[in-house]
Amino acid sequence: MSTTSPDLDAIVGQKYRHGFVTDIEADTVPPGLDEDVIRLISRKKGEPQFMLDWRLRAFRHWLGMRPPEWAHLRIAPIDYQQISYYSAPRTKQDGPKSLDEVDPKLLATYEKLGVPLHERARLAGVAVDAVFDSVSVATTFKEKLAQAGVIFCPFSDAVQNHPELVERYLGSVVPYTDNFFATLNSAVFSDGSFVYVPRGVRSPMELSTYFRINAAKTGQFERTLIIADEGSYVSYLEGCTAPMRDENQLHAAVVELVALADAQIKYSTVQNWYPGDEEGRGGIYNFVTKRGECRGANSRISWTQVETGSAITWKYPSCVLTGENSVGEFYSVALANHCQQADTGTKMIHIGRNTRSTIVSKGISAGRGQNAYRGLVKILPSADGARNYTQCDSLLMGDRCGAHTFPYMEIKNPTAVVEHEATTSKIADDQLFYCRSRGISEEDAVNMIVNGFCKAVFKELPMEFAVEAQNLMAVSLEGAVG
Amino acid sequence: MLKIHNLHASVANRPILKGVDLEVRGGEVHAIMGPNGSGKSTLASVLAGREGYVVTDGTVEYLGQDLLAMAPEDRARAGVFLAFQYPVEIPGVNNAYLLKAALNAIRKQRGEPELDAFEFLAMVRERMKLMQMDESFLNRGVNEGFSGGEKKRNEILQMAMLEPRLALLDETDSGLDIDALRVVANGVNSLRDPARSIVMVTHYQRLLDYVEPDVVHVLSDGRILLSGGKGLALELEKRGYDWVRHEARVA
Repeated sequence: MSTTSPDLDAIVGQKYRHGFVTDIEADTVPPGLDEDVIRLISRKKGEPQFMLDWRLRAFRHWLGMRPPEWAHLRIAPIDYQQISYYSAPRTKQDGPKSLDEVDPKLLATYEKLGVPLHERARLAGVAVDAVFDSVSVATTFKEKLAQAGVIFCPFSDAVQNHPELVERYLGSVVPYTDNFFATLNSAVFSDGSFVYVPRGVRSPMELSTYFRINAAKTGQFERTLIIADEGSYVSYLEGCTAPMRDENQLHAAVVELVALADAQIKYSTVQNWYPGDEEGRGGIYNFVTKRGECRGANSRISWTQVETGSAITWKYPSCVLTGENSVGEFYSVALANHCQQADTGTKMIHIGRNTRSTIVSKGISAGRGQNAYRGLVKILPSADGARNYTQCDSLLMGDRCGAHTFPYMEIKNPTAVVEHEATTSKIADDQLFYCRSRGISEEDAVNMIVNGFCKAVFKELPMEFAVEAQNLMAVSLEGAVG
Repeated sequence: MLKIHNLHASVANRPILKGVDLEVRGGEVHAIMGPNGSGKSTLASVLAGREGYVVTDGTVEYLGQDLLAMAPEDRARAGVFLAFQYPVEIPGVNNAYLLKAALNAIRKQRGEPELDAFEFLAMVRERMKLMQMDESFLNRGVNEGFSGGEKKRNEILQMAMLEPRLALLDETDSGLDIDALRVVANGVNSLRDPARSIVMVTHYQRLLDYVEPDVVHVLSDGRILLSGGKGLALELEKRGYDWVRHEARVA
């Protein structure tokens, strides 16, 4: 596989300086975190000194931090010394040997989502050698991007090949001191994606197909950095509608976006990690820091997210609107079913003149799910003529779930115009009956109504993703009614 | 087609229907009239399977099947259609999308191939002309922001598309001005067919000027007190409902 670099393979079985040994099966360092582990990570990745220094600064800062407790979430305490902070990409022996060995329930889900046959094996973690020609496909894409001058590579490759860009932009939007999880990520991040779109270039493709074919197991501390140089455009798609196998419970990723003058970044996410069972056992903790800065004039950053997975979601993709006339957008659908908890929203920080932001948030709560929207609109004294429009809707299904809205506004400039609309509704029995009396099954009726509710967000997704997102809602809501 | 025997039904533990007997044969158009609160809309809702309407006694046989044992969507697929008195709005759900999903669910049940987008559009365009509806209705949310008259037209459009065996029209004339009433009545008339039965629930005679019923029933206090021909409706219009009740008591 193209995703396993030779030096990482070589590491397997190697003796660590600290006297602990990986056995041949496991390519994971023992649990625990101290400066030595960070030095080890950095050395294994062959990083330049500035990266190690940065990681160490982050780690030292982290030691004095406490996990945030303000979110509307119930989180069992996490023992950070019980986590293993380095894991080489898995060799192919640990997965099921064929699709026959994969949980039939998972396969049924792929079927419903319309995941192409050749992708199912990869998603289910089947240990097969390239059964499909992903390598050649990826190569074609790579050539096309290279022609346009777009750099799109694993983060660790960027550290090797483009250290000047990494050093200049890493932490420039999310500093290593930012928050408990982002700081931890800064210290120990494993890998992720790096994108640089040169001046005036429009990326010739959505950076998605490539990503999905090439999706490496980037681990639980993923780091992504996207830089759109002046006048450039890029659309980036993260995630996948199909549920991913993953044994790590804690995921603390960081995504940084930088849009220079007249540049535009569109970042779309579909997140469907394991949400735990119906009683709330297991499931991923998704504690992510995502932030973009519209650094140049007339730049634009759009976040679109569909969050249906994870046991706990703590996530606020934000925009810092520094450049004059820059635009920040946030479109979100968050679903909490069964025992899922979501506390998600955005921050729009208006600094430059005539900056504009739009927030459209759709929260769906079902089962015993708890869904909170938390958003900050901050208009600084310098932001003359700033405008914000926020629309925040909640849909409840059943009577054991909860929807909560926490809008914060800090307006320090009298010329600002800020609008906020919020609604909470229940799927009405008469809506369901109306659909059923037309021959539509109850389940299809629920999906139809929910998708209607989410429409304003789904239309922001790239076309093929929008269709997948609708199917995803259907699968995620199974058993929510009746 | 439809045989209702001794039907009793309650809403929130309050008995509304108290022994309805009614038989509708294929191709017939029946009008069920009666004063407010007599149980007319309850009867339509019970037949369509709305939740919260509890049948406490009696039977309903539809094309030889036990209608009451069927889920609402199964009744629809078997050819029962209810035109709502108050059609609900479903924001964000495309009107055409709902209609296509409904049509294909029903066609599937009938063993007919599902229509693709082009076939569907051709069919719906033609039927929209009949209802004098603008094509923009297709791309609006279901009943979202529709006027009262537009909602009723949309109901009959759905009926025209779904081609039911048994259509229940619940106060389809209410809230319509005279022009809209004509359009709706025209739509209903065009759907009259020897293989299709129509039961119209209405408070007023005026719909019956346009859609001529074969049989008129008077429903009062949960029971059918009197049945007759078209002339009965005219008599009701003149004399009100009290004399029916009075005669029923005497009898």
